[in-house]
Amino acid sequence: MTPARSIRIAITALGGQGGGVLAGWIGKLGEENGFIAQTTSVPGVAQRTGATVYYIELFPKKAAEARAEEPVLALMPVPGDVDIVIAAEMMEAGRAITRGFVTGQTVLIASTHRDYAISEKSGMGDGRRDAAQILEAAHAAAKTVIAGDMAAAATEAGTMISAVLFGALAGSGALPIDRACFEDRIKAGGRAVEQNLRGFAFGVAFAAGSANDDGPGAAEADGMVAMHDEAGAPALAALQVFPEAVRFYVGEGIKRVSDFQDTAYAGLYLERVAKVLAADREAGGAARGWRLTQAAAKHLALWMSYEDSIRVADLKTRGARFDRFKQDVRAEAGQIVDVYEFLHPRVEEVCDILPAFLAKTILNSPILRRGLQAVLGGGKRIPTTRLRGFIPLYLLASARFLRRSSFRFALENARIEEWFEKILAIAPRDYDLSIEITKLQELIKGYGETHERGFGNYRSIFSAIDAVAEKPASSSCLRSLREAALQDEHGNALRAALAAMAANDKAAA
Amino acid sequence: MAERSFEKEVEDLRIGAGEVFRGEGILAVTKALLQSGVSYVGGYQGAPISHLMDVLSDAQGILEELNVHFEASASEATAAAMLAASVNYPLRGAVTWKSTVGTNVASDALANVASSGVKGGALVIVGEDYGEGSSIMQERTHAFAMKSQMWLLDPRPNLTSIVKAVEDGFELSEASNTPVMLELRIRACHVYGAFEAKNNAAPSFTLKNAIENPERDYSRVVLPPSNFVHEVEKIENRWPAAVEFIKSRMLNEFLGGYQGDVGIIVQGGLYNSLIRALELLGLADPFGETEIPIYCLNVAYPLIDDELKGFCLDKKAVLMLEEGQPEYIEQSVNAILRNADIQTKVVGKGVLPKAGEYTGQVIGEGLRKFFATHAPSLLAAAPAPRESALPAEKNAAIAEAVPPRPAGFCTGCPERPVFSAMKLVEKEIGTFHVSCDIGCHLFSILPPFDIGNTTMGYGLGWAGASALNANAGKRTISVMGDGGFWHNGLTSGVGNAVFNKTDNVLVIIDNGYSAATGGQDILSSRAVNKTRSTNNPIAKAVRGLGVEWLKEVHTYNIGEMKKTLKDAMTTATKGPKVIIAQAECMLNRQRREKPLRAKVIKEGKRVVRARYGVDPDTCTGDHSCIRLSGCPSLTVRDNPDPLRDHPVAWVNNDCVGCGVCGENAHAAILCPSFYRAELVYNPNRIDRFLSTLRRAVIGYLQRRPERQANAQFGGAGR
Repeated sequence: MTPARSIRIAITALGGQGGGVLAGWIGKLGEENGFIAQTTSVPGVAQRTGATVYYIELFPKKAAEARAEEPVLALMPVPGDVDIVIAAEMMEAGRAITRGFVTGQTVLIASTHRDYAISEKSGMGDGRRDAAQILEAAHAAAKTVIAGDMAAAATEAGTMISAVLFGALAGSGALPIDRACFEDRIKAGGRAVEQNLRGFAFGVAFAAGSANDDGPGAAEADGMVAMHDEAGAPALAALQVFPEAVRFYVGEGIKRVSDFQDTAYAGLYLERVAKVLAADREAGGAARGWRLTQAAAKHLALWMSYEDSIRVADLKTRGARFDRFKQDVRAEAGQIVDVYEFLHPRVEEVCDILPAFLAKTILNSPILRRGLQAVLGGGKRIPTTRLRGFIPLYLLASARFLRRSSFRFALENARIEEWFEKILAIAPRDYDLSIEITKLQELIKGYGETHERGFGNYRSIFSAIDAVAEKPASSSCLRSLREAALQDEHGNALRAALAAMAANDKAAA
Repeated sequence: MAERSFEKEVEDLRIGAGEVFRGEGILAVTKALLQSGVSYVGGYQGAPISHLMDVLSDAQGILEELNVHFEASASEATAAAMLAASVNYPLRGAVTWKSTVGTNVASDALANVASSGVKGGALVIVGEDYGEGSSIMQERTHAFAMKSQMWLLDPRPNLTSIVKAVEDGFELSEASNTPVMLELRIRACHVYGAFEAKNNAAPSFTLKNAIENPERDYSRVVLPPSNFVHEVEKIENRWPAAVEFIKSRMLNEFLGGYQGDVGIIVQGGLYNSLIRALELLGLADPFGETEIPIYCLNVAYPLIDDELKGFCLDKKAVLMLEEGQPEYIEQSVNAILRNADIQTKVVGKGVLPKAGEYTGQVIGEGLRKFFATHAPSLLAAAPAPRESALPAEKNAAIAEAVPPRPAGFCTGCPERPVFSAMKLVEKEIGTFHVSCDIGCHLFSILPPFDIGNTTMGYGLGWAGASALNANAGKRTISVMGDGGFWHNGLTSGVGNAVFNKTDNVLVIIDNGYSAATGGQDILSSRAVNKTRSTNNPIAKAVRGLGVEWLKEVHTYNIGEMKKTLKDAMTTATKGPKVIIAQAECMLNRQRREKPLRAKVIKEGKRVVRARYGVDPDTCTGDHSCIRLSGCPSLTVRDNPDPLRDHPVAWVNNDCVGCGVCGENAHAAILCPSFYRAELVYNPNRIDRFLSTLRRAVIGYLQRRPERQANAQFGGAGR
């Protein structure tokens, strides 16, 4: 007979995820089923959204009674000595792995959903870390992995993730305790029993599913990604002239641009993309996967559909948007939902959509500026679901026929032309660099000051292109400048990168 | 009302002899106090002993039955001074706080009571906030015990031992006329376990007895000549009495085997980790049975020379397991052995890290090193440590990928908008020096705000900027919570600033509770509390001290907050400027309102619930909004637009509708993507009529042919 040993269970979670509830359930469950239970946690500041570990040891009561002694149980997990790791979030599973809790003897139960850390979500571009490699490592490190989006399951069941994780633990068979006893524990808790049992059942199902599928492929794709397939190619004959590899993007671009303005404007878009395609073909694009055309189709569409107040009003008043926000705020079927927009129109936003001469007059006159700003006032809450909010926005959206003659349109068009010419000019001599120039568009985003900052960054990189083009690693140099621009909102990284580049050039000369 | 309610658990405090008590360590301490016939209890909340205060607060009924007086003290100094009741009278009293920060605050009173000496048992229960999860400077309570000559208990971390330590502590205190400290590490405070209970005991000598029959003894007062006498008393009477008591009651334990060349001396609190480390080396069984002799110091101070000498005499080397630094015990052990001319080698920090928590892994590594040198045969059968199957470089890649998770403001926290506003003011007038305090608001120093220079202790926010009071082109901002304000900031900060004619700015964050410690009530709490006096406004106290420039602002109104801050920083008015930023702690508010709302909705009454959202088709994925907020419910998701790569912001379902994201969008003129949604539950007839009308008109307009044509590709639909 092997000597009695406690079962060691670590729960890694974020403060506020209900890890304490789960630890409590497991402890009580153990006590009710022939174990001596000890649970510990570290409350304190970690409970305020930080990462935290709950630890449970279950020791067979019979073995203790046979010795007439109390076992000595540990208060914290020792790396390499944890039997079951329950991670309430994917990166917390990663943290458990790096802390050495997951070994070849460990059953790892992990929710694959992401709860982004502040460093991930505050990035100016995409600061998210790669969760797929964590799941891959989990499969390599653990004895068994039970993984799935348990947060989504919890939401569906109307409960907390702890119930789903508890179910996954029951289904894993890692504890020598019957499923019915787990359910009894939930019932004995007396709170939200029905929802918890529903969540629990989802958890059990996750465990059952992973018995067959032990590969990283089990990772749940984020529901949003599926959109790519749904879009489908539009039935526009124009698309047929484009190579297969770029059709999707051109199709999406046409949709976006005509949605922004009209079919004629989409024609201009197509014309421009066709020019890029020709340049791409010249540069041997067929062998290069038409990457330039692909990038241009994408970024050209985005720039040509810049954000102005007509666009915003249009998007805010659409029927599809009304359906979407009801879904996003989880309204019940048929529930009345009132929506208020946080809009803060400034003189600049108004001038954007005015004819150029008028806009310039206002912008150049401090008195007119101040007067108009006084009329506009400060931030506004527009009730779009009420007529007094909807109708003004609706009328504004209808003003798109004025857009072609607006100040902003001329401005953006000139900028686009300048950028576009550059792409076409560089493409024959430096294919990769031309792609990087195309991608610079992603720096220009947002509204107001955000837009000004983004465009400023774009501008300073754009004016360095000729210098960059002289370098041997021109495209990677331009990419690193673009990445530097996305490092911080004060532009410090970009300034430093540009300065370093200039200093290098000087040294070389 | 505190964050966690123990109303159900406190009923267990009534159980009697022979019954099994199950619960958290800190609950067991409460039960032990009642079993010991304690007369009064006081303390100041703070992890890891917050729950002790919360339990006592919820247990007022039982305490009254037993004639126990409980105070939620104004500060740790107040709590420590409470022990004065045990100087003249045979009253048992206990006080508790977070250590070492609370002990720092308490040490004036502690030193006095330790000098006077006590007649009734005086117990100081300190929660050691050291190691993982700690939020304070890493120091040792041990030093306080040494300097004031109070005895320090450090029991094994199981409920039976902890309860015994409380009971022994009172007796030790009375036997040696010395206050006794009981230190509990953070996990021991929160360990769930069981012990066999005893009956509760009402004190035989009551507070009423003391009040009605006052006794005076000037030799107990710390003033010449008594203070000199006390010092001698400590050395000649109290210390020997303590040693005698500890020896005769065998408070320290000789565990494990009694033969061999090597042994281990361990602080009681580390015992379980030691056993686990030995178990993993194949040198102990799960019951702690081991051949290696262990001397377990349940009393960490003072050391018992005879016991120590006896333990070491026949050994070539002993391992001293002592957490934290400086290694006071190791130094003393060396001194005792050398004075007795015992040449046993004392190995401690030589094989163990000089700083940091002693986890099972750290101890295991230390044991391997110790045995390798001094008893290699013990390692002959040791199994190799179980290691991750992942190759090292893969492990490193994972470590790189896992993001840090600093603590932060909760969803909907009313303190967040204060710092959003501060960030916006900095954009306009440049950066300024910010002196921080202790409390949730200290999260401002972390991303995304990165606001704050120093923190000097609870309530010391404004004092921390007092030197920076000179003629300059800028002002400084200090931050203080309402908890810190009443703890001592009223005098150390506001009083000091008025008296010294500062020209700087203080922001007092008035969220209605001592929020960081678990939402306990304080003087200015708006809640009605049956057993405490609340609703004493901070503004009244600040004015009373002579502050003339005083503004009260609702924190969620970021525009107003920004304006007020800027005004305070730039006004020509000289003198101290105080802004009271008010809004209730969201955790407490939700705890109160959520069940209430659910009930009202269930009853069929009309309720409007607000929450916020972001339109993914107008969001361009710059995340300025997140950098100004950091709200857990304001996060990102994949961009539904196949042409865009950067994720869009979105508000998840945890949103409590505080409105900070919308206010930020306005105050910083960010973007038009935020919306406030008001969900109507149980709409009345007017609601339904208007909604039908609006839907009809809006629906008609949305379905008009030219709109359909424009939107045919459905950009917004996704």
